[in-house]
Amino acid sequence: MNCQDVWPFLGAYLDGELDLVGSLDLEAHFERCPECARELRGLQDLSAAISGAPRYGAPGELRRRLGHHSRNSLRVAPWVFMAAALAVGGVLIGHYLPSRGADRFTKEVVEDHVRSLLADHLLDVPARQQIQPWFAGKLDYTPVLEGGPWRGFELAGARLDYLGGRAVAALVYRLGPHIVNIFVRPTPGDAERAPVSRVADGFHVVSWRAYGMDWWAVSDLSEAELEELAMCPCFMPPNRTLRLGERPTPKVD
Amino acid sequence: MRLARFEAVLLPHLDAAHNLARWLLGNSQDAEDAVQDSYVRALTYFDSFHGEDGRAWLLAIVRNTCYAWLRKHRSSPESAPSAREMELAPDLGQDPEVSHLQEVDRMNLQQCLESLPAEFREALVLREMEGMSYRQIARITEVPIGTVMSRLARGRRRLRQMLAPTERKETT
Repeated sequence: MNCQDVWPFLGAYLDGELDLVGSLDLEAHFERCPECARELRGLQDLSAAISGAPRYGAPGELRRRLGHHSRNSLRVAPWVFMAAALAVGGVLIGHYLPSRGADRFTKEVVEDHVRSLLADHLLDVPARQQIQPWFAGKLDYTPVLEGGPWRGFELAGARLDYLGGRAVAALVYRLGPHIVNIFVRPTPGDAERAPVSRVADGFHVVSWRAYGMDWWAVSDLSEAELEELAMCPCFMPPNRTLRLGERPTPKVD
Repeated sequence: MRLARFEAVLLPHLDAAHNLARWLLGNSQDAEDAVQDSYVRALTYFDSFHGEDGRAWLLAIVRNTCYAWLRKHRSSPESAPSAREMELAPDLGQDPEVSHLQEVDRMNLQQCLESLPAEFREALVLREMEGMSYRQIARITEVPIGTVMSRLARGRRRLRQMLAPTERKETT
């Protein structure tokens, strides 16, 4: 593979849109070619800079106008509903329920967790200090990891995983014999979301949104224990209160 | 029930909708109006939505609304040059001088992004700010995936060329 072959795919590589084989080919080339590696770094810097450009979230007033508290002021008036109803000619049962998308995603998170345990591919990079730089070359974002062990949870390492159609960071924590995978990826939404817990195939999945990231923690641990881990300041600003209030401290090994 | 489903599926993407409209239209008031229009349209056509990807579906409507708005309200669509003009600009390829963007002046970046042709700007906004996949961007902007890829590449190259002078000052 020479440089001319690499250039057209630099962007796709940066965006996580290349397949595994293509990515490996490019990575092999970056090892040999400082020029292309530098080009990639330039693109990564630019990408970071654009992500940091203003994202114009909706003003509160607009949100209020469109939100359910004032649904009538959407000025679509009943005729829109009538027109829509007439167009369809009756009531259709929706093909889609909001929870179904979430459930499918929960399932995917659990499948990734199970695969990581089965396939002997739990960790790509073991030591805490190496995690951030290791991700820097592979993802267009870097999860921030600070502080020591949290309430008995030890950061065991991290790996690259694939979730919802893109490469994501998976952080691996241990609590005694239990493994927790935390998947993290940037979210375009800037609002924070309190943790929500789901169950799939006997695993608990707790998801929340903070620091501009979406987080999913999955494990065979209890919901309460996962929420303990979610409260680690790495994952959630320390002043937030969880909706579940007081929790017994999990057993520390 | 229908309205509840509409809200549950589409309201979470309000920020994304507003961001895209703001970058396409260039000011907040127009963006707000376009977003409100878009939600009205989305509600009207909601029965044709079958739950595949609410965000992409909504953003396609927002984008169409914005372009319709631009056609209606602006005689000269934009001060930014068209993508075609950009295509004709010399392709500098790998220029070592633009290869190392370190500290980028935010204001400068914002201005450069605003001055890009809309085709490049929307692709970059959807990719970099909204984290959308090529497939989603292709769907929203109604072009093949290959075109998304080349618009992103050209948009990025163009941005780096525009930003390079500032950067050179800092590094030398």
